[in-house]
Amino acid sequence: MATTETNVGATAATIPTGQATTRPVDEFVVPQGVKQKRKTPWGVFREMPLLVKLGTLWLLIVLFAAIYAQLDARVFNGSLPLADPNLQLNGFNAATGEFGDRESLEQPSWAHPLGTDRLARDTFSRTMHGAYVSVTVAIVSVVCGVVVGGLLGALVGYVRGKTETVLMAMIDVLLAFPALVLLLALISIFEVRDLFVISFVIGLLSIPAYTRVARANSLAISNREFVLAAQAIGTKRWTILRREIIPNVLPTLLAYAMVAAAAVIVVEGSLSFLGLSVQLPTSSWGNMINQARGDIKVNFGQILYPSLALTMTVLALNQVGDFFQRRSAFRGSSL
Amino acid sequence: MAKTIAFVLLRLIATLFAVTFLTFLMVAMLPGDPVDTILGTGPRAPGIEEQIRADLNLDDPFFVRYVAWLGDAVTGDLGTSYITDQPVSDTISQRLPITAQLAIMSIVISVLIAIPVGVLGAYKQGKWPDTVTSTGVQVALSIPNFIFGIFLIWLFAVQLQWLPASNWNRFSNGIVDNMKTAILPTVSLALAQMALFSRLVRSDMMATLRENYILSARAKGMSDRYILFRHALRPSSLSLMTIVGIAFGALLGGTVIIEQLFGLPGLGFSLIAAINSRDILVIQGITVFIAAMFVIINTIVDLLYAVLDPRIRRK
Repeated sequence: MATTETNVGATAATIPTGQATTRPVDEFVVPQGVKQKRKTPWGVFREMPLLVKLGTLWLLIVLFAAIYAQLDARVFNGSLPLADPNLQLNGFNAATGEFGDRESLEQPSWAHPLGTDRLARDTFSRTMHGAYVSVTVAIVSVVCGVVVGGLLGALVGYVRGKTETVLMAMIDVLLAFPALVLLLALISIFEVRDLFVISFVIGLLSIPAYTRVARANSLAISNREFVLAAQAIGTKRWTILRREIIPNVLPTLLAYAMVAAAAVIVVEGSLSFLGLSVQLPTSSWGNMINQARGDIKVNFGQILYPSLALTMTVLALNQVGDFFQRRSAFRGSSL
Repeated sequence: MAKTIAFVLLRLIATLFAVTFLTFLMVAMLPGDPVDTILGTGPRAPGIEEQIRADLNLDDPFFVRYVAWLGDAVTGDLGTSYITDQPVSDTISQRLPITAQLAIMSIVISVLIAIPVGVLGAYKQGKWPDTVTSTGVQVALSIPNFIFGIFLIWLFAVQLQWLPASNWNRFSNGIVDNMKTAILPTVSLALAQMALFSRLVRSDMMATLRENYILSARAKGMSDRYILFRHALRPSSLSLMTIVGIAFGALLGGTVIIEQLFGLPGLGFSLIAAINSRDILVIQGITVFIAAMFVIINTIVDLLYAVLDPRIRRK
């Protein structure tokens, strides 16, 4: 790959400069013999604008919270009775049969950084568990979308022909569905309440959009010099797809995946808010907001914290996704 | 042109078939006896099982049932709820005006705000008004509508007590009362739309402002405002129209949550009510109706686009 790039650069450099162009051609040319350095994650982080940096940090925090919520039994594990006295209904201790001294709807304190909800449960750990729900939905749907949608799109964008026509017609039909309504109907009719099944259904419904994005990129890349060169030396089509097309489709597709993950998190939040996602008492940001709705006059904070967590995660995913989108677009045009 | 219309209509028919088929399939795939699913576990009136079997042609093969159901659906007969005893089509026609009013109002508000915001961003490209509006747009795009709705309720109904937090006054009860109950849900729906539209207007305008005819208009000494709104906005209105059409279709489904939040008896509200009482026929009917509306509106947008922009017609 890298050698092909520099070759292209070499031909571009031989174009006579001068009269017509005012900007130096060098600006658009990868210097010959110098391999473009692959940036380390730290290097990429450093070139991010401030808002994107903050977004990345927030996403890491959310990811950590999601993992921690699963590792530490004290964080609400989704089933009653609870292992942790801090999280039981008003500190109810199943072993001794005594209630704790916690009040419901407490204001934030050191013991409960985000206060407690109506049932005297610690909002901080419930918010952490909400992160686990959102992260699961996002990851499952991204994996579905990138693996199935990405492969299909990259394939038909390169192979073209009848396969493409038929597949894209089907994709168009699927995209014509209002996804939220379809999802509501599906989940309600089949009474799905399992987090992984819900994530999978959401992931299935997001495949068409990924296919579109992957196909558009694959189409553009199929006509590039390095693909033509690979064809000219008789590389097998499957190898070209694997070695040239897919690695080049992937960066844009992953940037899209972040933006799509943001949308998916909102969808799950909406479902939870309607009480149609994970079953209570498992907490998710959406159902926490819904449950705290009745206390809007007494303790707005209980609505505010999960709302902020959800909004900030969506904003961060959008920001970081846009950043990588711009970055991969720049890479494409600089070749 | 004729070819374009034929193609778009063909796709419409294919999509409608797919939409109805999938909705029907979803209900048909339910595990267990459909009669049990529909009636639940409560006490049953004598003879109702046989009636449901006959109504839904349950003894026929799947495709026969689908064709019979589709034939009824096309004539507006989506069955009668076994729970409320009301025809599904009546429920839809009673609830639709509320949902439609919300969708139309929020589209109008968001377009009215989005155009000046987008134009300002393109005109002051890279300067502080652009930075401020662009950042605002990015944040607005990331706030889920139900969260924004709750925030509005907290601000205007709980803190300021200017507007009611829920309930709905019909349009016939007077326009002021109607608006009082409609404004908060409308604004919560409009926020994200507005952000989406203004981002589109901005990027479209930025491309247009680089065109030669803008330069020549400027050279002729026309005022900036005239150039912006008369010369530059017009080509951008096409893509704006497309996205407005799509947004309108999406809003018909998207109002579900907002209607639930504000307690507005619209289409989405009945959908959730039907889901909670497991009223299968109503779920099926409303889903198919919303999906069909969505598809039809998108088709109309496609057709309008082909009429207005000759470049995208099929050869």
